[in-house]
Amino acid sequence: MKALHTAIRARFEGSSMRFWFMLLLVIAAVGLAPATQAVDIESWETDQGMRVLFAPAPTLPMLDVRLTFDAGAARDGDRNGLARLTSNALAHGTADMDADAVAERFEAVGAQFSTTSARDMGIVTLRTLTEPDWMAEAIGALTKILAAPAFPEDDLARERRQMLQALQRERQEPGSVASRRFYQLMYGEHPYGNAPSGSEDTIPTLTRAEVESFFRQYYTAGNAVLSMTGAISRAEAEALAERIARALPEGGRAPALPSVPALDGPITERIAFPSEQAHIFLGAPALRRDDADYYALTVGNHALGGGGFTSRLFREVRTARGLAYSVYSSVQPMAVEGPFLIGMQTGTDQIDEALQVLREELERLYGEGVDPDELEASQANITGGFPLRLASNSDIVQNLGMMGFYDLPLDFLAAHNDRIGAVSGEEVHEVIRRRIDPAVLVTVVVGGE
Amino acid sequence: MRRLFLGLLCSWLVLAAIHATVAADVVEHRLENGLTVLVLPDARAPVVTNQVWYRVGSMDEHSGITGISHMLEHMMFKGSEQYPPGEFSRIVASLGGQENAFTGRDYTGYFQVVGREHWEAVMAMEAERMHGLKLSEEEFLPERRVVVEERRLRTEDRPNSLLQEQFYATAFFNQPYGHPIIGWMTDIDAYTVEDLRAWYEAWYAPNNAVVVVVGDVDPEAVIAAAERYYGHIPARELPVRKPRAETPQRGKRLTTLRVPAELPYLVMGWKTPVLVTLDDPSDAYALIVAAGMLDSGEAARFARELVRGRELANSTSARYSPFSRLDSLFTVAAVPTGDTGMETLEQALLDEIERLRDEPIDASELQRVQARVIAQEIFRRDSIRSQAFELGMLQTVGLGWEVADEYVDRIREVTAEDVQRVIGEYLVPERRTVGILNPLPIGGDA
Repeated sequence: MKALHTAIRARFEGSSMRFWFMLLLVIAAVGLAPATQAVDIESWETDQGMRVLFAPAPTLPMLDVRLTFDAGAARDGDRNGLARLTSNALAHGTADMDADAVAERFEAVGAQFSTTSARDMGIVTLRTLTEPDWMAEAIGALTKILAAPAFPEDDLARERRQMLQALQRERQEPGSVASRRFYQLMYGEHPYGNAPSGSEDTIPTLTRAEVESFFRQYYTAGNAVLSMTGAISRAEAEALAERIARALPEGGRAPALPSVPALDGPITERIAFPSEQAHIFLGAPALRRDDADYYALTVGNHALGGGGFTSRLFREVRTARGLAYSVYSSVQPMAVEGPFLIGMQTGTDQIDEALQVLREELERLYGEGVDPDELEASQANITGGFPLRLASNSDIVQNLGMMGFYDLPLDFLAAHNDRIGAVSGEEVHEVIRRRIDPAVLVTVVVGGE
Repeated sequence: MRRLFLGLLCSWLVLAAIHATVAADVVEHRLENGLTVLVLPDARAPVVTNQVWYRVGSMDEHSGITGISHMLEHMMFKGSEQYPPGEFSRIVASLGGQENAFTGRDYTGYFQVVGREHWEAVMAMEAERMHGLKLSEEEFLPERRVVVEERRLRTEDRPNSLLQEQFYATAFFNQPYGHPIIGWMTDIDAYTVEDLRAWYEAWYAPNNAVVVVVGDVDPEAVIAAAERYYGHIPARELPVRKPRAETPQRGKRLTTLRVPAELPYLVMGWKTPVLVTLDDPSDAYALIVAAGMLDSGEAARFARELVRGRELANSTSARYSPFSRLDSLFTVAAVPTGDTGMETLEQALLDEIERLRDEPIDASELQRVQARVIAQEIFRRDSIRSQAFELGMLQTVGLGWEVADEYVDRIREVTAEDVQRVIGEYLVPERRTVGILNPLPIGGDA
C-alpha cells in the first residue's frame, strides 16, 4: 500500500501489485455482492479445434483479442528459453513484413500488439479501436503474423542477446535472484523448473529451426484459446475467430504435464548479495487449477497474507513490527501443482526475526486454522469485491482466457461467490493441513553475508 | 494504402467526437469551504472509485524533512478520532473494496474502489480523516521502519532507481524536484510525530483538496453527499508557497554512479517548461509528440534505429509530461548493448534527436504517433481509476480537468515544424544533465 511515485504505472508495483494479482485469480459472483452484472459469456469451438470465449462489451469503441497457447516454459524441455524466444520472435514479422513493418502497421492505427510467455502459457494480445478500417488493418497484421512468422536469423540473434541481458538484469536484483532460485528448488527437474526467461547456458544455442518447430508444435489452433471482448457482434466475433483459427498451424492440444513430485523434506538456502535488504521466499508446490480445494485454500490464504492490509502477515510483520514494506502470501494454481508462497523483504539485520515471524504465523494457521470472524471477513472481501474484478475489458478478457485455458466451466464466474461463501472454517483448516506442511517448505533468502 | 489513409482521416473525426462526449460528462462543484468535487458517471460496471487529492507533495518540502508528505500518507491509515488504527482498512475490506494511496512531487492522493452501493460509506470515512487524524508515537515508530524498508526496496537496492535519484538531484540545484519523493534516508530516520502533525495541519484542508468520484453514480447524489460529509470542515489559511524556481543552468551537468550492478545505464534530461508555466501551450504538446516520435512503441525512431537497426541499445525511452506544477525535464534513457561504449550510445541518441530536428519529417510518421496518443486516450476509458486519476491530477496541478477535453485536439494540431522548433529551442546543451551508471562487480572482490 501507499507510496506511489507519480506515474500511474508505479501504482501497481510492490505489494499492491501482488495484491492485485491475487485478486485477479479470485473472481466471484452473487453472494454478498448484490446486483452483480454477470459477464455474458458466449463460447464455441472452431472447426480447427480452437476454443473461443467471447463477451460483448458495446460501450467503448475498442476490441481486446487474447490468444492463450499451451506454450510456456513448461514446454521448453531441455532447451530452456525456447518458449520465450518463440514468443518474442513473433514480433519479427513475416517474409514480406519485417519487424519495422509490423510495428508500423499496428501503430499507424493506434493498435497495441504484444506477446509474452510464462510457465504455462504463451500469450498473444491485440487491443484495437473498432473503427472499421483501423480494426481491419490491425487484425490483418495479426493474422499474417500467426499464419507465417518468418523468424529471420538476424532478429533471432538480437533477441538472444536481449534475453541474455534480461538475465543480467535479474542478477543485479536480489528479488529476481531469490525468485529464480526458489522455483528451481521447488520444481527441480519438473518442467516448471524451467525459468520463463531461459538460462545462460541454453539461450545462445537456441536455433531458428527449434523456434520454427516450437511454433508449429504449440502455436496451433487446437492448442489455443481465443478470448475476445469489445464492441463487436457475435457474428463478427465468429468471423474473426474463424480467420484466426485458419491462420494458425493445424494441430491438437499439448499432452498433459506430469504431476509435481512432493518435496522430500525442507530445503533452506541463503545466498550472499551486496544489498541492504534480504529477499525472502517460503513455499511449496500446492495446487492445480482444476482442484476443488481451490476455494478453501483461497479463503485460508486470504486470511494469512492474500488479503492485503487486513491479513495476518501484514499486521504482524508490517503493522506491529515494521519489518517490511511488502509482505504477502499467495496461492497460484496452475495446470499442475502451482505454488503456495510467502514473500517479503527486510533489512539484512532482521532476517532471523522475520523468518521466525513468518514461520510462527504459518504454524499457527496450520495448527489452528482461521477463526470465525476472519473466515467471515475474508469471504466478505472476496465475494463483495466481485464487481471490481470484472470492471474493465482488460479484466474480462484475461479472465476468459484463464477460464478457457484451464478448462474451467462456463459458470465459473457466476458460481464462484457461492462456492467461496460455502466454505466452512473446518474445511479451510483441513485443506491447509493437507496442502501446506510448514515442516516441508523451500526457503530462500538472498541478501546480506 | 490510399484506403487506409481515407480511413485514418474519417477516424480522426470519429475519435475526437467520442473523446469529447465522454469528458464533457464531468460535473464540477465547489463547496463553500473551497473543496472541489469532480464527478464522472460511467455505468459500464457497477463499480465506483472515490478519491481525494491533496495539493501537497515532495515539491512543498524543504531540506531536512524530505519525504514527509509520503510518511504522512502512510500515517493516514493509522487511526483517526472515529476509527481506531486498522479500522478504516477493515471496513473497506468488509465492503469488498480495494484501497491504496500515492504520493507524488505535486500531490498526495487516497482512493478506494467499491461496489456502487458503497461509495458513500467510504466517502464519509475519507472526509473524517481529512480533519480527524490521530498521530501517536506508538503507531508512528514501526511505520517509520516500514518507510525505511520501502526506500531500501525501491531505491537503495535498485541501481537504476539510484541513478535516477542522483540524476534529478544533479539537474535541480534549488528547485524542489531535485529531492526524492520518498525522501533521503537521513531525513526519514529523523522524522518526529511533531513534524507529521505540523505537515497535516498545514496542508490537509478542504481548500487544498479535490474529491474525484468516477463510476456508476448519480452526480447530484455525490455532490449532496460531499456537502454533507465535507461541508462542515473549515477552510484554513495555507502556508505561503515560495517560488523556488530553478537557478538558470549555464552548462551541461554530469553525474556518475558506481555501485554493484550488471548493466550500465544512461539517463539524459533537458529542462523544459510545462503547461502551467507556458503562456502558449503549443510547445508542451509539441514536446509530447517529439517524445513519441523518438520512443513510443516499436515503430518509433529509437527502437527502429538504435535497438533494431544499429543494435547499440538494448532498451530505450523518451519521456515528457507537461502536467506538473513546476518546470520539469524531457528525459531520454538507454541501456547499451554488451559491446557499446557509453559515449557511442550517448552520441547516437543525440544524433537521432538532431536528425528529428533537422531532416524533413514524413507525414505518415507524425500521424502514426498522433494515432497512438489518441487511441491510448480511448483505451484509458476502460478503467475508472485511470479516468479518475487523469481528472484528479489535472485539477491538482492547477490546470483544471478541462485540459483532458482539449488533449486530443491539441495533439492533432501539432505539426512537423512545431516538433522541430521545440527541439531546437529546448533540447540544447546548456539545458542538459547526464547521469551514468558504471557497474561495479556484484561479487565485490573481482
